[in-house]
Amino acid sequence: MIGIEHYLTTASILFVIGIFGLFLNRKNVIILLMSIELMLLAVNINLVAFSSFLGDLAGQVFTLFILTVAAAEAAIGLAIIVSFFRNRGTIAVEDVNMMKG
Amino acid sequence: MSILFITFYLFSISAIAGGLMTVISRNPVHSVLWLILAFLSSAGLFVLLGAEFLAMLLIIVYVGAVAVLFLFVVMMLDVDFSTLKAEMAGYLPIALLIGVVLVMQLGMAFGVWSFAETALGAREVLADSEHHNTKELGLILYDRYFVLFQLSGLILLVAMIGAIVLTLRHRKNVKRQNILSQIYRDPEKSVEIRDVKPGQGL
Repeated sequence: MIGIEHYLTTASILFVIGIFGLFLNRKNVIILLMSIELMLLAVNINLVAFSSFLGDLAGQVFTLFILTVAAAEAAIGLAIIVSFFRNRGTIAVEDVNMMKG
Repeated sequence: MSILFITFYLFSISAIAGGLMTVISRNPVHSVLWLILAFLSSAGLFVLLGAEFLAMLLIIVYVGAVAVLFLFVVMMLDVDFSTLKAEMAGYLPIALLIGVVLVMQLGMAFGVWSFAETALGAREVLADSEHHNTKELGLILYDRYFVLFQLSGLILLVAMIGAIVLTLRHRKNVKRQNILSQIYRDPEKSVEIRDVKPGQGL
């Protein structure tokens, strides 16, 4: 049996890659959303690993809910990107100041 | 080195490589394809952990729906990605700095980490190895976590309505059916009966 540390290491590397992507692609919102998906995936791997090693099914149920919320978030985010692109003609997020907030 | 270890390292390395290539790839279409590789490898890790239902769900929901949605949006938006990517090198030092710091923090945390003594006593739902994973999940999902299940359905409904509202637009010069004006139309004003004489026309 593979130790839980292996799974946790994989998940933490994926999580750090997600954060790395957030800082690396400051302009491209689509890749930003993909980085967020990667981070959620790392969290899911953590939850499933603990669920499997402790013999507790609650972790898998929560993974299910994270999956649901991540899908909803991706759909809303992409819809915002599409409507933003219609208004501005670009998806660069650094100069989003239409609301002057 | 058993076959289990080889499979684990294969899936884990391809998940990490997929994730890394997702964030550093120049073409966003390639990014989505690498993301799909990361999801598929993670589904393999889930199978190794004994969570078959979640593995299949990850493939169906993420690869089948979310990644394809990303692919659609990337291909639909006519964005000049080369200008967006040109400034990537400027952010590389700070991104590397933050990444290395996080890796070191997580490494320090893992160095002293172990299961708490009360961890086994604090379990919510004990897994019972007699049944299949899907059946066990269903038994507790529709029973113990029913309210959360319904709420996640509500979240999906709200997301669907939100996405439609955000992207719906009415074009001005397109003829469309106006049902209200059709209903309120008076037949006596719109239809006229004329007596046409033979051989003459109107």
